[in-house]
Amino acid sequence: MRDPLAKKVVTIEPSGIRKFFDLVSDRKDAISLGVGEPDFDTPWHIREEGIYSLEKGRTFYTSNAGLKELKSEIAKYMERRFSLQYDDKEEIMVTVGGSEAIDLAFRAMLDPGDEVLLPMPSYVSYLPCITLADGVPVVVELKEKNAFKLTKEDILEKITDRTKILVLPFPNNPTGSIMTKEDLKEIVDVVLEKDLFVISDEIYAELTYQGQHVSIASFPEMKERTVVINGFSKSYAMTGWRLGFACAPSNILKQMLKIHQFAIMCAPTTSQYAAVEALRNGDDDVNHMQEAYDHRRKFLVHELRRIGFEVFEPFGAFYVFPSIKAFGMTSDEFAMKLLEQEKVAVVPGTAFGACGEGFLRISYAYSIDSLKIALERIERFVKGIKNT
Amino acid sequence: MRNEILRAIDKNGRITPDELAIMLGYDVDAVKKEIQEMEEEHIICGYPTLINWDKTDCERVTAWIEVKVAPQRGLGFDKIAERIYKFEEVESVYLISGEFDLAVMIEGKSMREVANFVSSKLSPLESVLSTSTNFILKKYKEHGLTLTDESPEDERMLITP
Repeated sequence: MRDPLAKKVVTIEPSGIRKFFDLVSDRKDAISLGVGEPDFDTPWHIREEGIYSLEKGRTFYTSNAGLKELKSEIAKYMERRFSLQYDDKEEIMVTVGGSEAIDLAFRAMLDPGDEVLLPMPSYVSYLPCITLADGVPVVVELKEKNAFKLTKEDILEKITDRTKILVLPFPNNPTGSIMTKEDLKEIVDVVLEKDLFVISDEIYAELTYQGQHVSIASFPEMKERTVVINGFSKSYAMTGWRLGFACAPSNILKQMLKIHQFAIMCAPTTSQYAAVEALRNGDDDVNHMQEAYDHRRKFLVHELRRIGFEVFEPFGAFYVFPSIKAFGMTSDEFAMKLLEQEKVAVVPGTAFGACGEGFLRISYAYSIDSLKIALERIERFVKGIKNT
Repeated sequence: MRNEILRAIDKNGRITPDELAIMLGYDVDAVKKEIQEMEEEHIICGYPTLINWDKTDCERVTAWIEVKVAPQRGLGFDKIAERIYKFEEVESVYLISGEFDLAVMIEGKSMREVANFVSSKLSPLESVLSTSTNFILKKYKEHGLTLTDESPEDERMLITP
């Protein structure tokens, strides 16, 4: 029999986080600070709207780009929260989570051999999606000394004649770093000068703790070369509903929509009706959750420092990315031993790229009480290392 | 800072000033001072505990009583409300718009005790025109917290990207 598989797929490395997941999932007694999703349930009024849409028998397909009401609410939302103006008929589409939008954007924009600047450590999907779209990922290492922000020098070093797209994964998973308006300004200059396009994954935009999130698309001349990706998973605690969206200039969006139309048809209808309610009446929920995350963030950073970790203060998402270099172990070793000895699961930084070596991702999508229990164990573990 | 503190302790009165200071990013002494001032100004009026008495062997009966009263000239409803809320059995008193005037929550050991209170203490008050007593059968939610649920398990996967 011939080999049924495509080399392009087979050669893609399984995600590092997957390996760790397999180890942890047998440990029923483990407490985890390893999740990348909110601990809050979707606010009830949003869930209730989903239930109502089912009761009403709204179990049909929607149009490919999504419900008209939802696209119109997304347009208002983008204006209200980020001062971005998008035409709901031609520049907005609803996707199956932000993840689908990432995939679509690469597939719609990359020809074989096109290079994509990919800042890392970052979310695990970009790299394989670029490869699957026949692009060439060019890793740009984010540095701790720059608070894991992307700098002009970082990109200039890696730009070639084939560079076409810059991925902007901020607020960042796993580091929690953000890009302020000033930080973005110098990136914009390079993007315009080198005629690049930007895929800006702003799924954590509502979870920033130092001023309002600024989208790169809000800079002059940037909207026509930026695909903004956002969604409901993090801001409205709706991960399981699988609902995201992309805002892009119509020429790009049209091609993304073409792929979506053939591959997906449309995002789940129930989720779309629930999302309309989220955008109409959910701003307060977002603010409450943001405030709760901020409390935990400050608490966790404070406690980790007290225990002896070197922690750069993250201002976005719901992760802390402490350095473990002082403990003389690799990220994998540290995470494994912590799991074995104290039954606490955290994710080694290397799951988000080789440059995550020396760091851990600790999520604070947990109640303060859960964090306290986990921190007690981590403290005991660290004391154990120091004493040996 | 006040509103931040209040929002943080609203659902959790046991949080310590030290924890508050860390979580809100303020100096501990400043937080302590602010709390003390709010206690003095009666913005923070107490730190009760939310107990689901149904799960204990203590007998408790709560009644919600709708009271119509004749307001007194110059004093409005406040004087009569005070005469009612000073009784120890009275859990809470609200001035209400609509069909009746005061909503009075009474706690007692038995229905008889509550009924006695209404007939011997509440109804005879001069300004009270009528009362309508409703016994509470089950408490589902109080102070924004559900009383019925067992604490739900975290069903998320242990590790996700």
